Amino acid sequence: MATAVIAAEGLGKRYQRGAVESRGMLRDSIMKFARNPLAALRRSKQETFWALKDVSLEVKEGEVLGLIGRNGAGKTTLLKILSRITRPTTGHAEIRGHVRSLLEVGTGFHGELTGRENTYFSGSLLGMKKREIDRKLDEIIAFAEIEKFIDTPVKHYSSGMYVRLAFAVAAHLEPEILLVDEVLAVGDINFQKKCLGKMGDVARAGRTVVLVSHQMNQMRRLCDRVVWVDGGTIRMVGAAHEVVSAYEAAMFAGERSKGLERGASTKAKFLRWEISRIAGAASEEPHTLRTREPVTVNFAVQLASPIRNGEHGIALFNAERQLMWARAEQGIDLDAGVHVFSHTFPSLPLRPGPYQWQVSLWADSEMLDLWDCGPDMTIATEAHQHYLDEWNGILNLPSQFQRTS
Amino acid sequence: MATTTTKPSSASGSLAAANAAAEAMAPAPRAPVTVLIEPPRGLLELRLRELWEYRELLYFFVWRDVKVRYKQTVIGVAWVILQPLMTMGVFTIFFGRLAKLPSEGLPYPVFYFAALVPWTYFAQALQNCTTIVVANQHVITKVYFPRLVLPLAAVCSGLLDFVIGFAVMIILTLSFGIHPPATVALLPVFLLLAVATALGVGLWTSALNALYRDVASIIPFIVQFWMLASPVAYPSSLVPERWRWLYGLNPMAGVIDGFRWALTGVGKPPGAQMAVSAVVVCLLVVAGLIFFQRVEGTVADRV
Repeated sequence: MATAVIAAEGLGKRYQRGAVESRGMLRDSIMKFARNPLAALRRSKQETFWALKDVSLEVKEGEVLGLIGRNGAGKTTLLKILSRITRPTTGHAEIRGHVRSLLEVGTGFHGELTGRENTYFSGSLLGMKKREIDRKLDEIIAFAEIEKFIDTPVKHYSSGMYVRLAFAVAAHLEPEILLVDEVLAVGDINFQKKCLGKMGDVARAGRTVVLVSHQMNQMRRLCDRVVWVDGGTIRMVGAAHEVVSAYEAAMFAGERSKGLERGASTKAKFLRWEISRIAGAASEEPHTLRTREPVTVNFAVQLASPIRNGEHGIALFNAERQLMWARAEQGIDLDAGVHVFSHTFPSLPLRPGPYQWQVSLWADSEMLDLWDCGPDMTIATEAHQHYLDEWNGILNLPSQFQRTS
Repeated sequence: MATTTTKPSSASGSLAAANAAAEAMAPAPRAPVTVLIEPPRGLLELRLRELWEYRELLYFFVWRDVKVRYKQTVIGVAWVILQPLMTMGVFTIFFGRLAKLPSEGLPYPVFYFAALVPWTYFAQALQNCTTIVVANQHVITKVYFPRLVLPLAAVCSGLLDFVIGFAVMIILTLSFGIHPPATVALLPVFLLLAVATALGVGLWTSALNALYRDVASIIPFIVQFWMLASPVAYPSSLVPERWRWLYGLNPMAGVIDGFRWALTGVGKPPGAQMAVSAVVVCLLVVAGLIFFQRVEGTVADRV
C-alpha cells in the first residue's frame, strides 16, 4: 500500500467578505477612524465567510486525484492552501515531497523580456533550478514550437505563442507532487492534446498529481480518484467514474449553474443533451464533434404538464461567451412526459474549442426552464485556419484556392 | 508561509522506488522534504533555511528587475550615471557656489557626489521596496515562495546601479587629486548600513502599501524630507555637537558621513552617532520583519 504524501485534516479557510473594498486607502481608513474611532476598531463578525470548512483528505503517492465542484465550491481555495499560497484558518496538512503548483500559465511572464528570459524567470518561480532550466531549455523551446522567436520580447508574441511557451515551461516541471488548476483549458485543441499527453507522462512517472478541472471527460481519463467539493466541504470521494457520474447526475438534475437561477416553475426541465450523428451509431463521446458533416444535436426535456403554444429557444456560445447562433421555435404543443428536441445542422464549421449550448422553453411568456447545457460541446475538427494565431477566425472553413490567368 | 522541516522519510522503501523513477527523468535527486501547513502563529518565524533554498529565485527577481529597468529606458546604463551627476551639478551651483554652504574643505563635486551615490541607492531601494509586493501581487496569488524574497530583491537590485555610481565616484575623486586613504576599505560597512536601513524601512512600507495603496504616493515626499534631514547638501558639522547623537537616529546621516570620511579622510571618524544608528537599524529590521510577516499571510487573500 502506497503511503500518503498529502494528509490534510480539518482544513478551513475563513475570508473577510468584501476584503477587496476594505483594502482601499490609508486616507479613507484615517477618515473613518476620525469620524467614529470605536466603530472603526470593532470588527464585524458578519463580514466573514468560510470558503472551506473541515476538509480532510489523503492523497497517496503516485495517485492522480481530481477535484470537481461548482464555481466557488472551494476547489481553488483548497489547492491554494495545499500549495501554500494562502494559509488555512483551521486545521493542518502535511505534505511529503517537493510540491509545485500550476494555478495559471505564464506566471511571472513579463512583456519586455524575451521568450528565453521569461523561461528562466518563470521556471525559477515555479521551482526549477537554474541548472535544470539550462538543461531543458532546448526541449522547452521545441515543445512550444517557437524556435524562431525565442529571443523576441513576448509582448510581440501572438496569444497562441505566449500560451504555448508558458505551458511548455510548466510542462517541464518535475516535482514529486504537482497541483494543477484548470490550466489545460488553453491553447488550441492540438496543443491541449499535447499537454494532456505530457500530463499523462507525469502521472505514469509515479508522480502525485492533484488536478482541478471542469472538463469531466478529462477527469475520467486522467484521475484515479475524484473528490467532489461542494459548498466548502467534501461531498463525495471515490473512484473517478463514480464520483464524476454522480456529480454529472446532480448537475443534470437541476443543481447546476448557480449563477443563472432556473425558472421557478417545475413544469418543465431540460435533462441532458448529446450529439447524435446522422450517419454512424451513438458516439462514445456524445459531447465532442469531430466532423464537419451534417450533425444533429438532441436535448431531452421533461414536462410535468402539457403545454400549448410554447416557445423553444436555442443558442450557441463560444468560450468567450460570444453568441455564435440562435433561433426560436414557436407554436409548440407538447404533452406531459419526456420529449427530445432535435436540431439538425448541415455543418457546424466553427473553430475547434469549447462551446456551450443554451436551451429554453417558454409558455404564455413564462420561462419554464433555461439551461446552460453541461458539459460543454468540444469541437475537435481539423483546423483550417491561418498559420498566425491572431488571424484565427470564428469559422473553420476549408476553402478552395485556384489561380486563373 | 508554512514551517519547513526536513525529516528522514518514514517509508524509505516506496520513496526509494519513487526516487529511482524520478531519477530516470531528473538527474538531480532531492532530499525528502516534509512541509507542514498550519494556520499562522507566533510572532516571528524566520525560516532562514527555506530562504536559502530560494536564493536562486532571489537572484532571478533581481536579474529580471535590472533587465526590465535597463530595457525600458532608452539610454539605459547612462541614466544611472547621469542622474547623480546632474544632481551633483545642481547642488554644486546652488548650494555650493551661490549659497556657499561649507564642504569641509572638499571640492564641491566630490563633497556632493560622495553623498549622492549612497543616497541615490537608498532612495531608489526604498521606493522599489515599497511597491514590490503590490507590483508582484499577481505572482503572489499564483505561486508560493517566501515573500521575504521580494523586499530583499528590491534592496539588492539597486546595488548594480550603486556599483556603477561608485566607479564614477572613485574616478571623480581621483580626478580632483584626492587619493582615498586606507579607510576606503570600510566603505562596505557603510553600504551595509544603507542596505539595512532601506530594508528596515522598506519592510514596513511594502507591507503598508499592500494594505493601503496610497502609501506608495507618500514615499516620494518622505524621501525628499529625509534627504533634507540627512547631510547630503550640507556637512553634518552644521549640526551642533550636543544634538549629534540625536542625529544618529537617522541612520542615513551616519552612512553619508561615513562615505565622505572613508573616501577622503576628511571629517571625523564615525563614533557614538554611528553606534546609535546601528542599534536603530537593527530594531527597524526586526520590527519590520515581524510586521511584514503579519501582513504577508493575508496579501494573497486580498486580491
